[in-house]
Amino acid sequence: MKEKVKILDQECIGRVIMRIAHEIIERNKGGAGLCVIGIRNRGVYIAQRIAACIKQIEGMDVATGALDITLYRDDLALATGQPLVRKTEIDFDINDKNLILVDDVLYTGRTIRAALDALIDFGRPKSIQLAVLVDRGHRELPIRADFVGKNIPTSKKESVEVYLNESDGSDEVLIAEKE
Amino acid sequence: MPWTKKDLLGLEYLTPDEIELVLDTAESFKEVSTREIKKVPALRGKTAVNLFYEPSTRTRVSFEVAAKRLSADVINISVENSSVRKGETLIDTGKNIQALKADIIIMRHNCSGAANILARSLDISVVNAGDGWHEHPTQALLDIFTLREKIGKISGLHVAIVGDIAHSRVARSNIWGLTKLGAQVTLCAPEMLIPPGIETTGVKISSNIDEVLKSADAVNVLRMQFERDENTAFPEQLDYFKKFGITEERLAKAKKDIVVMHPGPINRGIEMSSGVADGGNSVILEQVTNGIAVRMAVLFLVSQAKEAKQ
Repeated sequence: MKEKVKILDQECIGRVIMRIAHEIIERNKGGAGLCVIGIRNRGVYIAQRIAACIKQIEGMDVATGALDITLYRDDLALATGQPLVRKTEIDFDINDKNLILVDDVLYTGRTIRAALDALIDFGRPKSIQLAVLVDRGHRELPIRADFVGKNIPTSKKESVEVYLNESDGSDEVLIAEKE
Repeated sequence: MPWTKKDLLGLEYLTPDEIELVLDTAESFKEVSTREIKKVPALRGKTAVNLFYEPSTRTRVSFEVAAKRLSADVINISVENSSVRKGETLIDTGKNIQALKADIIIMRHNCSGAANILARSLDISVVNAGDGWHEHPTQALLDIFTLREKIGKISGLHVAIVGDIAHSRVARSNIWGLTKLGAQVTLCAPEMLIPPGIETTGVKISSNIDEVLKSADAVNVLRMQFERDENTAFPEQLDYFKKFGITEERLAKAKKDIVVMHPGPINRGIEMSSGVADGGNSVILEQVTNGIAVRMAVLFLVSQAKEAKQ
């Protein structure tokens, strides 16, 4: 691994998430009927922060959930490493809700494809909108984000590393060259 | 920690970490059965074969439900209508199932060690659903899962296993699993139902149920298998109930929140009273529900392990 470049620091991440929250409220004309579901692991923490920002702005609680997409992956049969199956926690009805799906990095789009399949098994939301902290390009499926924290043009040789306080003890986004 | 074994043959062969991995994975799978659409595509395109040489309803159905909730295709073979009756050997049957390109064989057999033999002879996964008096790993895993869910931990617990230990693969698997995770196990039964040499596994043995219940955090009550062996001596049913049956009177002197388990089917009035079976300490039906999650986890892990090897 070569030198890492910091793309976002703690303050930037805070501002970006606040902006995304504002955009979500603007697009959906308020916080009513919204719920925020994060993809495990780091998407969950970003989802909780977005929900906290929405509460700060609109003064209302927004339901948040956690989605594990392992069982819906299209590479389960090929995966060389073994994915750990973690818990999905969506303890509210998603029918007719405007659902904000949250992940840390949008890359090939395959995770989001799996997440959409999983969500449809839970019900029929009114809409599903996608919010990501970082969009690094290189899509392999026709998927785009509705809310993007930062667009980072990358090469496939690079990796984007997201660290969050809740899981890693610090807030930062780094870009690194793979060897 | 990744799962590397293509088979699940018994808890004797698992490390504490591997047992914990199954339990943790099962915890994630439990949620699937609470959904309106109780199905995930994880094993789509895989074929699981239930190969049962002994009659079984609950275990077979539990495995079938688990496999179907993972989107696997399930085929049930019961020996009564199979070519086994025409003299086919176990290994030949296994190789034929493998040649059908099935991915997992779930086998119940009346001979101890049958699953081990089959697993050695085949490249596909073998899951032991009970072999003779040897092991019944998924039953013990679901017992331990239920206990962990109820009490929050296994290490340091005192678990009593009561009843027909000698003829019980459930007891053997539970002893392996519980002791590996750091629980103290006491076996409680008439002397004739305690297998010789079992104390080498680190368990205590008692024939005084009231004494054992005083300090037990949980009691796993085994079924008296009167149908299994007509030639060995068995205690008289009423006499057994008087000396070892779990009753409300006995439970009143135990720890207030003692967990009462039973692998089913229950002989009411022989191993335990109806009041206990249906009472507040009983988790017998939760065990059935948890059995699905545990078996989903096992089927998922063994199929993933095989993929990782290729």
